[in-house]
Amino acid sequence: MRARRVTHALITAAAAGSLLVACAGAGGSSSSGGGKSINVLMVGNPQMEDIAKLTKSTFTKDTGIKVNFTVLPENELRDKVTQDIATKAGQYDVATIGAYEVPIWYKNGWLHELGSYADKDASFDKADLLKPMVQSLSGSDGKLYALPFYGESSMLMYNKDVMTAKGITVPEHPTWQQVADIAAKADGAEPGMKGICLRGLPGWGELGAPLTTVVNTFGGTWFTKDWKAQVNSAAFKKATNFYVNLVKQHGEAGASQSGFTECLNALSQKKVAMWYDATSAAGSLEDPASSKIAGHVGYAYAPTVETKSSGWLWSWAWAMPKTTKNADAASKFMLWASSKKYEKLVGEKLGWARVPAGKRASTYTIPEYQKAAASFGDITLKSIEGADPTNPGVQPRPTVGVQFVAISEFQDLGTKVTQEISAAIAGKTSVDKALDDGQKLAEDVAKNYQ
Amino acid sequence: MTTLTAPPRTAPPPPGRPRVSAGFSKWRRRVPLLPALIFTIVVTQLPFVATLVISTFQWNILKPGDRHFTGLSNFKFVFTDDRLRTAVLNTIVLTASVVIISVLLGLGLALLLDRRFLGRGLARTLLIAPFLVMPVAAALLWKHAIYNPDYGLLNGTLNAVYRLFGADNGPTVDWVSTFPMPAVVISLVWQWTPFMMLILLAGLQAQPGDVLEAARVDGASALQTFRYITLPHLRQYIELGVLLGTIYVVQTFDSVYTITQGGPGSETTNLPYEIYLTMFRKYEYGEAAAAGVVVVLGAIVIATFALRTIASLFREEASR
Repeated sequence: MRARRVTHALITAAAAGSLLVACAGAGGSSSSGGGKSINVLMVGNPQMEDIAKLTKSTFTKDTGIKVNFTVLPENELRDKVTQDIATKAGQYDVATIGAYEVPIWYKNGWLHELGSYADKDASFDKADLLKPMVQSLSGSDGKLYALPFYGESSMLMYNKDVMTAKGITVPEHPTWQQVADIAAKADGAEPGMKGICLRGLPGWGELGAPLTTVVNTFGGTWFTKDWKAQVNSAAFKKATNFYVNLVKQHGEAGASQSGFTECLNALSQKKVAMWYDATSAAGSLEDPASSKIAGHVGYAYAPTVETKSSGWLWSWAWAMPKTTKNADAASKFMLWASSKKYEKLVGEKLGWARVPAGKRASTYTIPEYQKAAASFGDITLKSIEGADPTNPGVQPRPTVGVQFVAISEFQDLGTKVTQEISAAIAGKTSVDKALDDGQKLAEDVAKNYQ
Repeated sequence: MTTLTAPPRTAPPPPGRPRVSAGFSKWRRRVPLLPALIFTIVVTQLPFVATLVISTFQWNILKPGDRHFTGLSNFKFVFTDDRLRTAVLNTIVLTASVVIISVLLGLGLALLLDRRFLGRGLARTLLIAPFLVMPVAAALLWKHAIYNPDYGLLNGTLNAVYRLFGADNGPTVDWVSTFPMPAVVISLVWQWTPFMMLILLAGLQAQPGDVLEAARVDGASALQTFRYITLPHLRQYIELGVLLGTIYVVQTFDSVYTITQGGPGSETTNLPYEIYLTMFRKYEYGEAAAAGVVVVLGAIVIATFALRTIASLFREEASR
């Protein structure tokens, strides 16, 4: 009797749980009409927090358009914006998405074309946008589907004091072998200090990002142009073995749990001597309030092997779902947020190092910005310009993208494969086994496109 | 064996109203409750039916226009997928170890707290505290303050001990990667032991004092008293703790998500986390729904069997 009652309780509990799941997809009500108020969903990065602060006193004051911001961490943002747009709930007029989403969502017909809005606004100066940014935010029809807010590539960052003390010169364009040698020398330079920090945390946007740039420059790829999976190919294996061995031998403590944040801490707290990651990290490394090595950071280009450059390419960009009823007001906001005028506003009000850079060539000609970003500005710009999202490796690719494959299955594929590689970093499995398993998953995905 | 024939206990039918009227009054009492019952059915059972329907669809929200009925192929996937099988195993290991260890620890603490001593109230409050910490906060605390290889408490203590004996530095143990499942289990045991302790303490304090006194007078040792009186008395409380604990620990998401992200590899990926990945990384609603349905059915079966086993076990114990 009691068992049956418990069974009922279990069914009830489970059904209540599934109710929550069911509701999660339903979304909310649509935004208010009138065109004087728009809803913006954005990722909770410092640059976005700045714009939330500045909008009311400038944009809203000038145009009368009220902007309601929703700020979420990256993973939650992806969940929410994908569901909102996919189910056509139409809750948001503007959302920040990245270079990964644009080509996929464009194909699904979810996004408004934005190039024509940009063309109409002469002060926006579309030609000033960096070419790789425009490429990575365009659909296959060549039109622009998102406006970049800021952009980044990847580079090698290191503790100059440690290198000087050890008599090591870091080349401006290092190869991965040189980096591995430096890591070995710098390992133990100070008590408890490791040679290098590389991400080991699973996730297509965590470990997946730097690892894919290494695979690219070692001559590997996820898929060939005609969709043959290459995850356990010789080049992919060589690159992954190199990466995993480097982290295992000279990498940070707790490597399989370290992502961007952990590595940022490790370098700025003098736990490691080098770090290969996003160019946008420089701003935090140079902030004396949080970094013990501010002013003592050296920068070099992303290490290479077979390719000329190897930096990744990412951009957080404003996109407008087709479901919006406030296209005019939304476009005004997006054009303003990506404009030169807005960069100047941030520079003057909040400080020039905080300018959302990496999208416009003109940013790097502003004297104040040049001064604030003297040590890393040039490398950032050249890394972004050097990244080729259409041809990042040694062979033609089926999709646009440097550190990802722009297909909807990649979030899942990249996450699962990096889980296995992370396990190899933790010493729980071998790289070969991880990649053989990954190959099976990749072959399943490839079937959808062959 | 002696057979005792008890006098037949045929009580006379209660005097009063005729039967028809009894049924009518029963319904008169029930009718006002009907809306609540219907509401409950609507909000609990309909979504489950919806989940059942979704589980028969090929539905990936990133591929609009490609939603179609696929019969039971999602279930076929659920039963043949290696990752899901691993997730089932991990869920069982995780749930069983957390519940068993926390019941045992909880019992021990409850027995200690059942005695009178100075500062008992304070001790009780402190012991309950872990249960009041939000799961995410607790997971973050364990991940960063305790397990972290750089600045965590465990390695800090190790280093301090090593330094006592003259060494420079202790070993840098990467706890979460080296012992992923124990790392999650320990953090959950820390959270759930107070819950078990509370339930068992309530049971202990509901023990009739005269029975214990009688046992003492009869010369039973403390161990005997515990074995033959206290434990059978606690039966229902232990059952309750195990049942509630199982229901909640099976759903564990926060610790896995925060401490290990299901890794390394899929060593700590349990069913809720795997379903989350299917839903929010793969966006395969059909597969996620099918996995959810299988989990519900599995939970019902396991809970039923577990309860029967526990109940019969204790029934034997009590009849001795």
